[in-house]
Amino acid sequence: MKIVVLAKQVPDTRNVGPDAMTPEGTVNRAALPAVFNPEDLNALEQALRLKEQFPGSTISVVTMGLPKSAEVIREALYRGADAGYVVTDRCLGGADTLATSYTLSQAIRKIGDFDIILGGRQAIDGDTAQVGPQIAEKLGLTQVTYAEEILSVDPENKKIVIKRHIDGGVETVEAPLPLVVTVNGSAAPCRPRNAKRVMKYKNATAAAERTPATAEKYAALIAKKPFLDITQWGAADIDADPAQIGKAGSPTNVKAVQNIVFKAKDSRTMTSSDADVEGLIIELLNEKIIG
Amino acid sequence: MANFYTDVPEIKFEIENSPLMQRIVDLKERDYADKDNYDEAPQDFEDAMDNYDKVLEIVGDVTANIVAPNAEDVDAEGPHCENGRVRYASKTYENMDAMIKAGMNGMTMPRRYNGLNLPNTVYTAANEIVSSGDAGFENIWSLQDCIETLYEFGDEDQHARYIPRVCAGETMSMDLTEPDAGSDLQSVMLKATFDEENNCWRLNGSKRFITNGDSDIHLVLARSEAGTKDGRGLSMFIYDKRDGGVDVRRIENKLGIHGSPTCELVYKNAKAELCGSRKMGLIKYVMALMNGARLGIAAQSVGLSQAAYNEGLAYAKDRKQFGKAIIEFPAVYDMLAIMKAKLDAGRALLYQTARYVDIYKALDDIARERKLTPEERAEQKTYSRLADAFTPLAKGMNSEYANQNGYDCIQIHGGSGFMLEYACQRIYRDARITSIYEGTTQLQTVAAIRYVTNGFYGQVIADYDQLAVAPEYEAYKTRVQAMTEKYNACVAAVKEAGDEQLHDICARHLYEMAADIIMCYLLMQNATKAPELFAKSLNVYVNYAESEVLKHSNWINSVDVAQLDSYRQA
Repeated sequence: MKIVVLAKQVPDTRNVGPDAMTPEGTVNRAALPAVFNPEDLNALEQALRLKEQFPGSTISVVTMGLPKSAEVIREALYRGADAGYVVTDRCLGGADTLATSYTLSQAIRKIGDFDIILGGRQAIDGDTAQVGPQIAEKLGLTQVTYAEEILSVDPENKKIVIKRHIDGGVETVEAPLPLVVTVNGSAAPCRPRNAKRVMKYKNATAAAERTPATAEKYAALIAKKPFLDITQWGAADIDADPAQIGKAGSPTNVKAVQNIVFKAKDSRTMTSSDADVEGLIIELLNEKIIG
Repeated sequence: MANFYTDVPEIKFEIENSPLMQRIVDLKERDYADKDNYDEAPQDFEDAMDNYDKVLEIVGDVTANIVAPNAEDVDAEGPHCENGRVRYASKTYENMDAMIKAGMNGMTMPRRYNGLNLPNTVYTAANEIVSSGDAGFENIWSLQDCIETLYEFGDEDQHARYIPRVCAGETMSMDLTEPDAGSDLQSVMLKATFDEENNCWRLNGSKRFITNGDSDIHLVLARSEAGTKDGRGLSMFIYDKRDGGVDVRRIENKLGIHGSPTCELVYKNAKAELCGSRKMGLIKYVMALMNGARLGIAAQSVGLSQAAYNEGLAYAKDRKQFGKAIIEFPAVYDMLAIMKAKLDAGRALLYQTARYVDIYKALDDIARERKLTPEERAEQKTYSRLADAFTPLAKGMNSEYANQNGYDCIQIHGGSGFMLEYACQRIYRDARITSIYEGTTQLQTVAAIRYVTNGFYGQVIADYDQLAVAPEYEAYKTRVQAMTEKYNACVAAVKEAGDEQLHDICARHLYEMAADIIMCYLLMQNATKAPELFAKSLNVYVNYAESEVLKHSNWINSVDVAQLDSYRQA
């Protein structure tokens, strides 16, 4: 089975410190470490489980971003992915979900042969959950969103059964292959990095990551071990239409970014006296908040 | 995200800052002979050290984010015995699965068997880290090091059949103890008879207190020579669970390490194969097995000491009484300082021991491939002796420190520590076994005392005294030299008295004096290289060790043969 996993490097908004926002109200990226988008890790785990179930399957990981986003490719290789593609180009910068999904779908077209495309439900920096579904539309594929578990795959009859997380419960659906699946954070967490694979792939790099100072060292390594060269594609490599990528391809306009500080409103102070506590309990019961 | 390796920079320091490390890696990697044959093999020393760092980071991640959060549930549920088989606590399987996926099994085994070919020193760090998350789980997982004994004494066919299985995550156990054979393993009675018809050995009898007794691959000590009664009639066997014949009769209900099933086993004509030569089971193989296991318990103890320190420190910072955090009170920060000093001193002793083990074991292994040069033979002898002398110190002292730190950790928690909702009570219970199993502290003293009386520790101390220290630590050195004088005087006095009973009753005191002094020197070296990590502990530990040495010295000077009667109870 050929599996493609979409992954994104994002600022770690789960561990926000006091300096996470600049005084101007924009995200202070320097204060937030870049991490593997959490739900993309859930997606990778589903891919790895399929690979175990169907020996001989391959997992290709695709990411779009700055040169340093090759780090997510390495992280995926450490966990069991077979190959990675970094789509990076200055002209891809400033992309909204539409331009991003176009770019990624072009990269997937270039990879060509695939049965399942897996990605996280959404990225923690934008929280749009649009890129996966848009890719499915662009590639004309079926999509299953909010997936929690792939229950079974029948490669011969090209069918897949997936458990979805829905409001108030779960839903089991059957879909045809190939398709796009976006995976929910409630799915199984991703396995840890594997010691041997870390030792094997720790020097894997994409060309854009190498500096004049390190180029020679990496060239020597790659000559010996070609798998240390992470494939890197620019806009031209994936035949991207300049009008549909980057800022030009992004109809979304950010009008303003506001730093919202939550403030308690309608607060009351109560003492620990029996009367106050009893009053509160009665009020909560009356309002059916407890009971 | 928490990481139990990167959060404790002292571990990385111990791995990276010994002058012995280059030699260890060169030997273990056979001058990097695997570099073109295995994708994961290091190209040179720096590459190997970087690999170790990365491997331990994974161990630290899995421990902090999977093993430690599961510890409470595993402790509460414990394993179950069902139809003669063990079913672990449910979250133990989660831990095991994570360790297997992370590739943390068969860590010291050669790459040709799918091992990671890591030095013992690095494996020791992994052990310590896992133990700091859950010492009970560490017990099951770290039994992988039994494979070292099979690797050292088994034949090539056995290597090929068993080592890859352990590297893939199958578990092991060492079946030694019996109801009447605990510390005294010479009394083992499990019967091994040769089955001519099927050309295999058969085991019959029972074993008791077997950690992880329902493991996949067992190393079993059994009596192969009918009619014998002592250690010379014992051989070591491999029992493969796939062959069947060994059932778990019951699982013990223990004070601590609940995650680890301690089993009573019944052998009913169980098929087994001989490992190594007949009659060498106890004399040679189990001794090797136990030495490895003792280093493992030393690491487990250091992990527990670290956990106790972490919990104590966090609580002392958080808990407010009389208007301030209790860590502000001298009575509390004194406890924490001593905990940390014992932790750092014990850890320094642990890794020094692991390095000595690494050098002689690597040379032993090379000796199986080719003849050693005379220099290598001399080196092997030196480090083998150092390892033998240091292992009982590292095991005994660290297991006692783990207990003491567990005790102090509860003390810092006050009444809350006595309640079962804080982790400190589990650490305290888990630590209790460390000074008992794989040889009690009393037996570590027996193993070590010859190095007191034959002057070997004295020589090691004299060698350490030659090492340069930072100028600001010269004053400590002078004080430790004075401690050594007291130690030497005590050794001389006990030897001069020439009484066996007096010698035995003084042994524990002499043993601790030697260990205290050695740890002072090791901390002095550490603080010279990394004062930011060790300067405080050096100061606190020298104060502590000085008073300990004085205490022991006073005791030895006060006791004579005539008083021994008052120590005997009717």
